[in-house]
Amino acid sequence: MSRQSLSLLKNLRSIATGSKIQTRSVTYMPRPGDGKPRPVTLIPGDGVGPLVTNAVEQVMKAMHAPVYFEPFEVHGDMKSLPEGLLESIKKNKVCLKGGLKTPVGGGVSSLNVNLRKELDLYASLVNCFNLPGLASRHENVDIVVIRENTEGEYAGLEHEVVPGVVESLKFCSERIAKYAFEYAYLNNRKKVTAVHKANIMKLADGLFLESCQEVAKKYPSIAYNEIIVDNCCMQLVARPEQFDVMVTPNLYGNLVANTAAGIAGGTGVMPGGNVGAEYAVFEQGASAGNVGKDTTEEQKNANPVALLLSSAMMLRHLQFPSFADRLETAVKRVIAEGNCRTEDLGGNSTTQEVVDAVIANLD
Amino acid sequence: MARRSVSMLNRLLANRPSPFTALSRSITYMPRPGDGAPRTVTLIPGDGIGPLVTGAVEQVMEAMHAPVHFERYEVLGHMRKVPEEVIESVKRNKVCLKGGLATPVGGGVSSLNMQLRKELDIFASLVNCINVPGLVTRHENVDIVVIRENTEGEYSGLEHEVVPGVVESLKVITKFCSERIARYAFEYAYLNNRKKVTAVHKANIMKLADGLFLESCREVAKHYPGITYNEIIVDNCCMQLVAKPEQFDVMVTPNLYGNLVANTAAGIAGGTGVMPGGNVGAEHAIFEQGASAGNVGNDKIVEQKKANPVALLLSSAMMLRHLRFPTFADRLETAVKQVIQEGKYRTKDLGGDCTTQEVVDAVIAALE
Repeated sequence: MSRQSLSLLKNLRSIATGSKIQTRSVTYMPRPGDGKPRPVTLIPGDGVGPLVTNAVEQVMKAMHAPVYFEPFEVHGDMKSLPEGLLESIKKNKVCLKGGLKTPVGGGVSSLNVNLRKELDLYASLVNCFNLPGLASRHENVDIVVIRENTEGEYAGLEHEVVPGVVESLKFCSERIAKYAFEYAYLNNRKKVTAVHKANIMKLADGLFLESCQEVAKKYPSIAYNEIIVDNCCMQLVARPEQFDVMVTPNLYGNLVANTAAGIAGGTGVMPGGNVGAEYAVFEQGASAGNVGKDTTEEQKNANPVALLLSSAMMLRHLQFPSFADRLETAVKRVIAEGNCRTEDLGGNSTTQEVVDAVIANLD
Repeated sequence: MARRSVSMLNRLLANRPSPFTALSRSITYMPRPGDGAPRTVTLIPGDGIGPLVTGAVEQVMEAMHAPVHFERYEVLGHMRKVPEEVIESVKRNKVCLKGGLATPVGGGVSSLNMQLRKELDIFASLVNCINVPGLVTRHENVDIVVIRENTEGEYSGLEHEVVPGVVESLKVITKFCSERIARYAFEYAYLNNRKKVTAVHKANIMKLADGLFLESCREVAKHYPGITYNEIIVDNCCMQLVAKPEQFDVMVTPNLYGNLVANTAAGIAGGTGVMPGGNVGAEHAIFEQGASAGNVGNDKIVEQKKANPVALLLSSAMMLRHLRFPTFADRLETAVKQVIQEGKYRTKDLGGDCTTQEVVDAVIAALE
C-alpha cells in the first residue's frame, strides 16, 4: 500500500515541479511562402541591453527561426536617433530593442520616447502574470496593462482649454481605449479597468474616461469599470486577482505597469511591446529604460527572460506561432526547474548560463 | 496509515486543473490595431450532412462572438459546374468553409470538389491525424500530417475510350506541381517544428511518374538539412501505418495515394469524423472535414441528424488560426477536446448515440 503511495507521490511531485510543461500542439495550416525569413531591426542599446539582446539572437539561431536581425548602434546620450534607423524600422515594421539610458536632466530628451513618437507607437502593453515555479507573494496575477504612449505628461495643461489641445487629448484617448477593448476581445479577456484621477484632474482624465465609456458601449460582453489611481495601487498589492486588462494614460501606466510587474515576479521577467497602426517595437515589458547597474553589466548577470518572452511575442506578431510556443515553453521550463536563475530572481547564474539552459530545453 | 495516504494522494491528484483550462490564458499576443475587424468567409453547406455540420459551426461561431461572418452559397453535387458567383466570392474573401459535395458515381459529371480546387489552384490538401485525448483507439501516439497534392496525378480527370471496351486513364505528374507540394510539405514541417518528412510513392512500378515526384522531393529536402527525409513505397506504407504509426510525422504524397493514406491515418487515429483538415493554395484556402471530404453520409444519418460535427469544428478552428484569430481558435479547440474527453456527448461513429445538436450544445457550454 505504501508502494502505491510512493508512486502517487512521485507523480504529484513531477506535476508540482512543472516538468510536465508541454509545448501546445495546435493544427495550423500555413500559406505557401509563410516560411520566408523576416528582417527585424535590432537596437542593442545601453548597459545590459547588448547582453540581453545577444541572448535573444543566440536563442533565435538555435531554433533556426525565420528571422534575421539588422542591428543599429543607439546610445542614450545621443542627441537624436541615428540616420537610417527610422528607415529600417519603417521597412521592416518590427523592431526589438534593449533599453536606452535616459540621462537625468541635461536637456537631452529621452530617445525611448522619441522613437515612440516618431513611429506613433501609441500603445504600450505589458503582460504581468505569475510564472509557474517562480514564487511571489501574490498568486493568480494575470494583468495586461495597456498604456497610452505618446502624450499625457507632454500635453494637456489643465487650465489651458484650447481647442487644439483638447482635441488632441480626445483623439489619443479614443484610440488607446479602442485598442484596449479590441485586445480584450481578441484575447478572451473579461474585464477592462480604466485607471484615472478624474476627481482631481477633472478635465484631462475626465476626457480620458469619456472616451473609454464611449468605446465600452460597443463591447457589451466585456465588463468595464473605473478606478482612481491611488486606490488602484493599493488594490494591486492587496487583491491583484480582481484586475484583468487595465487601460491607463501615460503617467499612471508607467507606475501601474511597474507595480504589477513587481508583484507578479519582477520586471526582469515580464514581456511587453509597443504597437502603433503600422509598426511594433518589442522590449522588456516594464521599466524598459532601466539599463541595469554597473555591477550587473560587469558580472554579466542581467536577466534575459523578459526580453526572451518579448521576442516570443514578436514571433507571434510575425505569424510564426510554433516558434513562439517553443521559445516560451523552453523559458518557462527553465524558470520552473529553478536551478538556473539570475540574481533578481534569487539565484546567482549569469545571463549566458540562463541562455544555455533555454537552448538546452528547446523542443 | 498507508491506506489513508493512498486515498489522500488520489484526491490530490484528482484536483489537478484540467490540462486544457491552462491553455487559453498562457500566451501573450500583441495584436495590431484593427486586427479585430470581422472577416467574411464564403460558406458552402453542400449535400447530405453538409448543412447539418456547417450549421453546427455557425452556431458555435456565434456563441463565441467570433469576428467572422459567413456568405452562404447553395452548391449541390449534381450541378454541372460550380456557380460563377461562388468562385468569385471565394476569390474575394480568400477563405471558404464547406461541407461535403456528393460526387455521383459514373454519369460523366465531374466532381465539384475537384473543380473548385482546380479553379482556385488549391494545390495542397492537409489532414492532421492525431489521437484525441479521451477517445480510445487501437493505436497510440499517432500524430501524422498528410500533405497531398490536390490538382493532378490520377485525379486529373483525363480519361478516354480508345476503342469500345478499352479505356485509358491518364495520370499526369509534372515537375512544377511535385516541386510545389514538396516545398509546401517541407515548409510546413519547418514552421511547425516537425522532424521528419516521408514521401509516399510507387516508383518501382511507375518509374517515370512517381520517379519525377521523388526527384522533386529530394531536391527540396536538400534545402532543409534540419529535417529528416525518407521515402516509402505505398503498399509497405499502408502496412506500416497500421502496424507502427508512430514512425510517421509529415507525409507528402501524390493525389491518389494521399487520398488512401489520409483516410487510413484518420481511421487509426479516431475516425474521419474527428480529423481536421484543409486545402490551401498560393492565394486561397478552403477548410473542410479532414479526410473523406466527399463523404456526405447516408440517408439515415441525415434523417436522424446524427452526423459528427467535430471534424468540421476543428477545421473551423484551423480556419480561425488562418484568419489570425488564435485565441478564438484555442477556445474552440479546448471546448471540443473537453467534450470528447468527458465522453458523454458522442455521435454514433464514436460509439455514442447523440445527435449533432446535442454535441453542439455541449461544445457551446464548454466554451470559456
